[in-house]
Amino acid sequence: MKAIISFITVLVLAAIAYAGVAMGNMQFLFGVIIPYLAVVTFVIFMIARILKWGSSPNPFRIPTTCGQQKSLPWIKHSKLENPSNLLGVAGRMALEVFFFRSLFRNLKLQTHKGTQLAYGEAKWLWAAGMAFHWSFLIILIRHLRFFTEKVPAAVKMAEGLDSFLQIGTPLLYITDVVLLAAVFYLFLRRIGIPQVRYISLISDYFPLFLILGIGVTGVLMRYFTKTDIVSVKMMAMGLVSFNPSIPQGIGPLFYTHLFLICTLFAYFPFSKLVHMGGVFMSPTRVLANTSRVKRHVNPWNYPVHVHTYEEYENDFRAKMKEAGLPVEKE
Amino acid sequence: MAKLPKPEELAKIDYTLPKTEWLDTPVVFKEGMFCHGSKPKSLELVGFPNPRDWRPADADWKLPADWKEILLKGIAERLEKYRSFRLFMDICVRCGACADKCHFFIGTGDPKNMPVLRAELIRSVYRKEFTLAGKLFGRMAGARELTVDVLKEWWYYFYQCTECRRCSVFCPYGIDQAEITMIGRELLNLLGLNIEWIAGPVSNCYMKGNHLGLEPHTIVGNLEYMLDDIETVTGKRIKPTFNRKGAEILFVTPSGDLFADPGTYTCMGYLMLFEELGLDYTWSTYASEGGNFGFFTSNEMAKRLNSKIYAEAKRLGVKWILGGECGHMWRVLSQYMDTWNGPADFLEVPKSPITGTVFENAKSMKMVHVAEFTADLIKNNKLKLDPKRNDHLRVTWHDSCNTSRGMGMLDEPRYVLKNVVNHFYEMPEDTIREKTFCCGSGTGLNASEDMDLRMKGGFPRANAVKFVADHHGVNMLANVCAIDRATLKALMDYWVPSVGVCGLHELVANALVMTGEKERTTDLRGEPLPSAQVKEEKA
Repeated sequence: MKAIISFITVLVLAAIAYAGVAMGNMQFLFGVIIPYLAVVTFVIFMIARILKWGSSPNPFRIPTTCGQQKSLPWIKHSKLENPSNLLGVAGRMALEVFFFRSLFRNLKLQTHKGTQLAYGEAKWLWAAGMAFHWSFLIILIRHLRFFTEKVPAAVKMAEGLDSFLQIGTPLLYITDVVLLAAVFYLFLRRIGIPQVRYISLISDYFPLFLILGIGVTGVLMRYFTKTDIVSVKMMAMGLVSFNPSIPQGIGPLFYTHLFLICTLFAYFPFSKLVHMGGVFMSPTRVLANTSRVKRHVNPWNYPVHVHTYEEYENDFRAKMKEAGLPVEKE
Repeated sequence: MAKLPKPEELAKIDYTLPKTEWLDTPVVFKEGMFCHGSKPKSLELVGFPNPRDWRPADADWKLPADWKEILLKGIAERLEKYRSFRLFMDICVRCGACADKCHFFIGTGDPKNMPVLRAELIRSVYRKEFTLAGKLFGRMAGARELTVDVLKEWWYYFYQCTECRRCSVFCPYGIDQAEITMIGRELLNLLGLNIEWIAGPVSNCYMKGNHLGLEPHTIVGNLEYMLDDIETVTGKRIKPTFNRKGAEILFVTPSGDLFADPGTYTCMGYLMLFEELGLDYTWSTYASEGGNFGFFTSNEMAKRLNSKIYAEAKRLGVKWILGGECGHMWRVLSQYMDTWNGPADFLEVPKSPITGTVFENAKSMKMVHVAEFTADLIKNNKLKLDPKRNDHLRVTWHDSCNTSRGMGMLDEPRYVLKNVVNHFYEMPEDTIREKTFCCGSGTGLNASEDMDLRMKGGFPRANAVKFVADHHGVNMLANVCAIDRATLKALMDYWVPSVGVCGLHELVANALVMTGEKERTTDLRGEPLPSAQVKEEKA
């Protein structure tokens, strides 16, 4: 049901953009106003979100240590899994952000003969997550060709590598296929694994369908319908140079694609997608395990009521003396 | 109390999900799955709010009239205070990687024991009250109203989490359910919704210095019994000192070690080791608790209890502090103590008087774990060890949650272990080190009325022990945690009765050849040594 609601929402969004352009001639709304609004929303609210997180301190040094601590010099220290300095944290975070280290640990509970537990390999979530995020990034980089007068070498390289299979005309981008497949897998697993379905919210399905919609409209334009790339680039350049124009000859499918992207941008700061920024701030990962070496200061540390030794001795002086324990006051 | 089902029945775990969505599935309090409510006296002694007689199974929890405002204010305050809390409320993508990592989910099959869903219990309220999407779209955005039923659900499930952090190892963003449970319990404590098994020890510890409420003369008396036993085994009379000013080292260990076996054997181990080293150290009856049940109620209470350790070190004028074998004690010490009650600038950087090793890793907080201390001794050949005395034992190692995931002390105890026993077998790799499974009874859940919960939560641990018991004939589960020593015994008796439980320093002391000792014929438990048996047979 939640998946259906999400799916229909994305369909409706797509239909609004398509109809708005095809029947309402609202190119300026969907091609200029909404993109600007979406980007502004994204930037402002994403910054606000990060500042909000940042405004709460890390009162304690609470890394989750996933390896041997740095202790005695002859015991092999796990520098990346239990970092003892900034360099180690940088390494740990690089593994986390680029290779999803923690997700790579994933295991699947299995039961044998009814009562014997075992933990099997479970790399599919990791693989799909990697495939999805990396494809998305490469596709984003490829799209920079629309926003730069002279296409940067890095973008050309990304395009070249991405299409090295040399299939079809126009050349097939591997990431297009991988992205759609990965997102579809993530959707399938969300509805297919009972526990995951049970925890899923509309806000878990919606971004999947949204990204699927963006991918499908993009693929349709590149491989199946004709899109006037030159005009699209003109329009994109107009947007980034704050001199927007609506060139002729761009079909409603493009505006649909663009509108779904705008939706993603605007939705992003209010959704779980903020994990993109949050992962860099997670105290269990970004703090080094140094609390024994260097005092970590809690900005709101305040004095508390304690039961002092004096009070304790007052309570037990007679018993202490009888047991032969030294006392401060006779 | 309901009778505990047979292991064969408990092992049949039903993972089928309720037909209704979790938001529409009301919490049902099952007997054996929760602890008694806190008694008014325990709360009053430390000044916790809303002390009263109440029972968790009752419909009326005798909440203050403005309970909802108190809670919402409490949430708002903690969002400001803890980045962890604020972040973890926002960034979960519900990928489900944490789900089958939780020992309580594995053991109960209850979906609300998946860490993600346990967090959603509180996130749903956060969305409703603190996010735009939740306010606008309500249920559609996964938001819900805070009601008494929601509160009861929090209570039931935040006391079905042992803050073991295993989920946070697997979470791609490091979301740590322990943080959420800690804050959840702190919120519940604003309304006096504690359990007596935690509240009692907390008030004991505050007034008497330790969880068990052992008064000074009882501590001395309990140690005397152990000294008698040591004399029987070794022929040596040891005379430890208490509250002695001017000692070089203050020794602090969980009070569980002073009270019941097998913890007492570990305690005998410390006494024998320190005697053999001629260590200039003292016990304290005031700081007679290394553990910290305050940590399971609120940050403030934990700090109040913890303050005694540095205060006592200062009063006695020691140079540094040595800490006994414990799990959560060491998460508190290593990640919180210096921040709360430091700087301990009146102490010196810990230096082993025996080897001269300076413990640079404890440079600021000035406290060393006894496993680190002993590993250094063995590495420097300062101990005469006869591991054959432990040959009747086939040992496996249980990494405690907190020393593993809140510190990273993994190889020090293993090094010690390998030097004091000849038969050591690791459990399967996905159940040890940073992936170790909880005993199922941590964070103050080691009561007797929640035995169903404990046996279910401990099932994954027990299952891994059973594996090495079946494959390698393992008969002893060693660890560095006082709660483990108390709880794993019950767990083993239930699931793997052929396996005993012991602390690391019990094994060290068994193997330790002391100067001037008589020929040992038994181990610390009074059981005949294998070598003695051989001699008997020959004779």
